[in-house]
Amino acid sequence: MEERSIGLVKRVNGPVIEADGITDGMMMELVRVSEARLIGEIIKLSGNNAIIQVYEDTTGVAPGDIIYGSGLPLSVELGPGLIGTIYDGIQRPLEKLAEISGSHIKRGIQSPSIDREKLWNYTPAINDGDFISPGTVLGTVQESDRILHKILCPPDLSGTVNSVLNPGSYTVDTVIAKINDGSTVKDLTMIHRWPIRKPRPVASRIPLRIPLITGQRVIDTLFPLAKGGTVAIPGGFGTGKTMTQHAIAKWCDADIIVYIGCGERGNEMTDVLNEFPKLVDPRTGSSLMERTLLIANTSNMPVSAREASIYTGVTLAEYYRDQGYHVAVMADSTSRWAEALRELSGRMEEMPAEEGFPAYLPTRIAEFYERAGFMKTLNEEEGSVTLIGAVSPPGGDFSEPVTQHTKRFVRCFWGLDRHLANARHYPAISWLESYSEYLDEVSPWWAERAGDNWFRNRSRIMELLQREIKLQQVVKLVGPDALPDSQRFVIEICTLFKNAFLQQSAFDKNDCYSTVEKQLRMMDIILKYAELGENSIRKGTTLVNLRRIKVLQDIVKMKLTVPNDDLSLLDRIEARLERSIEKL
Amino acid sequence: MIKTDKLDKIHKDLLKGREYIGVHQIDGPIIIIRNTHQVGYRELVECIDQNRQVRLGMVLDTSKTAVAVQVFEGTSGLTLPGTRMRFKGEPLMIPVDVSMLGRVFNGLGNPIDGGPPPISAIEKDVNGLPVNPTAREYPRDFIQTGISVIDAMNTLIRGQKLPIFSGNGLPHNQLAAQIARQATLRGEKTDFAVVFAALGIKHDIARYFIDSFESSGVLDKVALFLSLADDPSIERIITPRTALTLAEHLAYDCGKHVLVIMTDMSNYCESLREISTIRGEIPSRKGYPGYLYSDLAELYERSGMIKGCSGSITQLPILTMPNDDISHPIPDLTGYITEGQIVFDRDMNSRGIYPPVAGLPSLSRLMKDGIGEDMTRIDHPHLASQLFASYSYVKDVRNLASVIGDEELTALDKQYMEFGDEFERRFVNQRNDENRDIEESLDIAWQCLSILPPEELTRITEDELDEHYGR
Repeated sequence: MEERSIGLVKRVNGPVIEADGITDGMMMELVRVSEARLIGEIIKLSGNNAIIQVYEDTTGVAPGDIIYGSGLPLSVELGPGLIGTIYDGIQRPLEKLAEISGSHIKRGIQSPSIDREKLWNYTPAINDGDFISPGTVLGTVQESDRILHKILCPPDLSGTVNSVLNPGSYTVDTVIAKINDGSTVKDLTMIHRWPIRKPRPVASRIPLRIPLITGQRVIDTLFPLAKGGTVAIPGGFGTGKTMTQHAIAKWCDADIIVYIGCGERGNEMTDVLNEFPKLVDPRTGSSLMERTLLIANTSNMPVSAREASIYTGVTLAEYYRDQGYHVAVMADSTSRWAEALRELSGRMEEMPAEEGFPAYLPTRIAEFYERAGFMKTLNEEEGSVTLIGAVSPPGGDFSEPVTQHTKRFVRCFWGLDRHLANARHYPAISWLESYSEYLDEVSPWWAERAGDNWFRNRSRIMELLQREIKLQQVVKLVGPDALPDSQRFVIEICTLFKNAFLQQSAFDKNDCYSTVEKQLRMMDIILKYAELGENSIRKGTTLVNLRRIKVLQDIVKMKLTVPNDDLSLLDRIEARLERSIEKL
Repeated sequence: MIKTDKLDKIHKDLLKGREYIGVHQIDGPIIIIRNTHQVGYRELVECIDQNRQVRLGMVLDTSKTAVAVQVFEGTSGLTLPGTRMRFKGEPLMIPVDVSMLGRVFNGLGNPIDGGPPPISAIEKDVNGLPVNPTAREYPRDFIQTGISVIDAMNTLIRGQKLPIFSGNGLPHNQLAAQIARQATLRGEKTDFAVVFAALGIKHDIARYFIDSFESSGVLDKVALFLSLADDPSIERIITPRTALTLAEHLAYDCGKHVLVIMTDMSNYCESLREISTIRGEIPSRKGYPGYLYSDLAELYERSGMIKGCSGSITQLPILTMPNDDISHPIPDLTGYITEGQIVFDRDMNSRGIYPPVAGLPSLSRLMKDGIGEDMTRIDHPHLASQLFASYSYVKDVRNLASVIGDEELTALDKQYMEFGDEFERRFVNQRNDENRDIEESLDIAWQCLSILPPEELTRITEDELDEHYGR
């Protein structure tokens, strides 16, 4: 639709603008404000007044400035060229913006989200006369080393194919097919648009059953996440939310990663931009950037774009899901998004609920997390969106509204513990507060690979950790010497388990991720020590002697010394462990 | 459509500098004026009192019926009919120039050292613009501060923002001054330009910094922006922005390495709360406005390095935690934005340890990329991790000892107690004019760790143990 003038600015209060004289504005319409052409969105209409949230700094906007409507809701462009790009919260390509305005982002600049010049090698998948419906694959493009981009029929279109483009190199704007939808003939290009606040349609939801393997032992073994699942990672500052998110983004076995830096530090995004292209995905051998999309709306960028960034990210994820991929979305941090909601709500003078947050906060959180799922796509393929949301509770207090409401809508919870982080035990996921409701769903998957071992070992270790907490309480009162050796041995095992298994170094080449096989074998060895040690204490060995076994040092360091692709060393450690304990 | 745009622009240009006599309401630092022309948001306002004195202000809220202006230099002495308001049609700009080093300014960038105003062709908007994340250079150059607990465990990196979380009566000023004096890059002859923003601090503290800069002979490389405790509190809102605008010019246009010290950020936040309350905004925690996070981020994110620019901005904000509470909104939100924090501990201070840096809650997020082989020493990363792990266990043992008594501890726990004391007394503790190089700091750390049996040092590799343990 043609850009048209729809009204005038009446009042400016930060990123919130009141407008009057609105003739034909619609809810959620994308608008541009004043001659600086600042991007905004209509969020409230009443009579001929409207409230607009502006995605850029509003300095200099004055009453009487003209508001231009675009006739479209705030949408993202979907097509080849998304992967490897870094966008801001409203899908403006930051690298292109840097070319236009230099190192600082000036206001009112625009650039198409998808590169219009780049040529793609296009192979059609349809023929003349075919009937196509939403989700039909029109053709394919090799987008990166490992991602075959399937160009889909937009979800709101169906009809008969009139003409098809031959294979060859084209830009995204080239008409690849003409579709007769019964009344008119429509041109289809490689890109289409989709409003960010509306979930993309699917055929049906499929029950979750496959774990998302993250390579982080504490997650995969103790608190597994399922593909299509949702998880919250709350933690005070410095407890390692971002580090955990980065580790998962690097090593998890999703096909595509969408990383949303929502109101966080600029240097963190720079870190990702520097590091990911250099890292190699162990599963495919190609660079990690070949599967990553970045959305960066750092804390100093406009607050309302921060609100939109979460939806932009999840819409891009849904688009790749519809092509049959497993997508993992990291949102760091959802608290900043909630605070953006609060700030905008405050500027609109809405009645606040808890701690100044608007009353619709839980609804918004629920809407967001419900966009995750393991789906049968319109094209009868399987794809998933997994949502991993960091939460930054003020003062590290998990009883605040964002953490509490998020907990209601996620099924997995990895609480980060200040005490662990202080000891630089990372990932600082607390085994006390965390839980995963996906245990039953993913158990069959593990059983296929390891028999009953995984579930049994996990239950055993959780039981030991629980017992240790009780024992530690006693130790705190009377000292460790008061306990019998058998009980002190439980503490000993748990300490070993924490050091050798749960703690994982993100910077070590062997330890930064662990394969499923390595995790299983490590558990076996630690639990074997527990079992043999317990027997041996029962037979009269003292704890002091048990502690002196040399092989314990190797067990503590096996995470660092044993490479993922050669686990034979673990067999040797296990054999030595058996021999040493026998000797006692 | 283009036609209306142009008319609009001409119309706005014509209205620049239009002046009104008489205002409708004065409430604290905020003036409300009705029936003006179309005034832009955040536009600069000159507020002229009966004595023709000009005070600067900024538009906070603008609508067709009324405009709210906050006056940075306070509203005392203003009258409703006698006040003139002149709307400048542009945001607050300050002239920036390298000759501003060695000078003293007030919070709005006007000289208060008796010298002439700075002359410069370049004027910059004090609000700045957000840096494009793709244009940032990731900071990784190690700054040696000569302070063991910082260099070895909470390494400062050039381009980092690392605040000091302190409390009243703790020696944060000494530490900041010591860092400003001693900071160097190894193997490079660089000197830092210092931009110092005083936010509501007392005269003698400002004096202390000036004396300290003077005695180390760096005063000509320091630009001071002073908004002291008896200046209007509202001026503090603009002071860090003025200071950072100059810092950005020095770093990105003149290629200098700039160290920005801002003290005390708590006073800045208080001023923000004051304005917010007067405007009747909905508060979030402890009465602070909901946008405190975004507002602080606007300041703290104005640091770092930019691709293609040789300069950098390293920020060292100081804040006093109200009631030593680290979960108070000011330190809490700061910690979420900055790249780590150095936390002071009152208990260590009263035991006479300087700097009283609490080992465990302190953190430097950029440390991982600035230390190790070729940068500091190859054993540094594992050593730092081990110090944190062992010291954290010391805290547990101390708690235990306070319940069951030292005598009842196991032999190993006693070794830990000894390690803890040695760590605090020899490693953390140093004189405030003592400048240790990184090797010295790491060696002292090894000497402390050697109190513990080698099998307790699980985060250190065999090779490193062979080389350093017990030496």
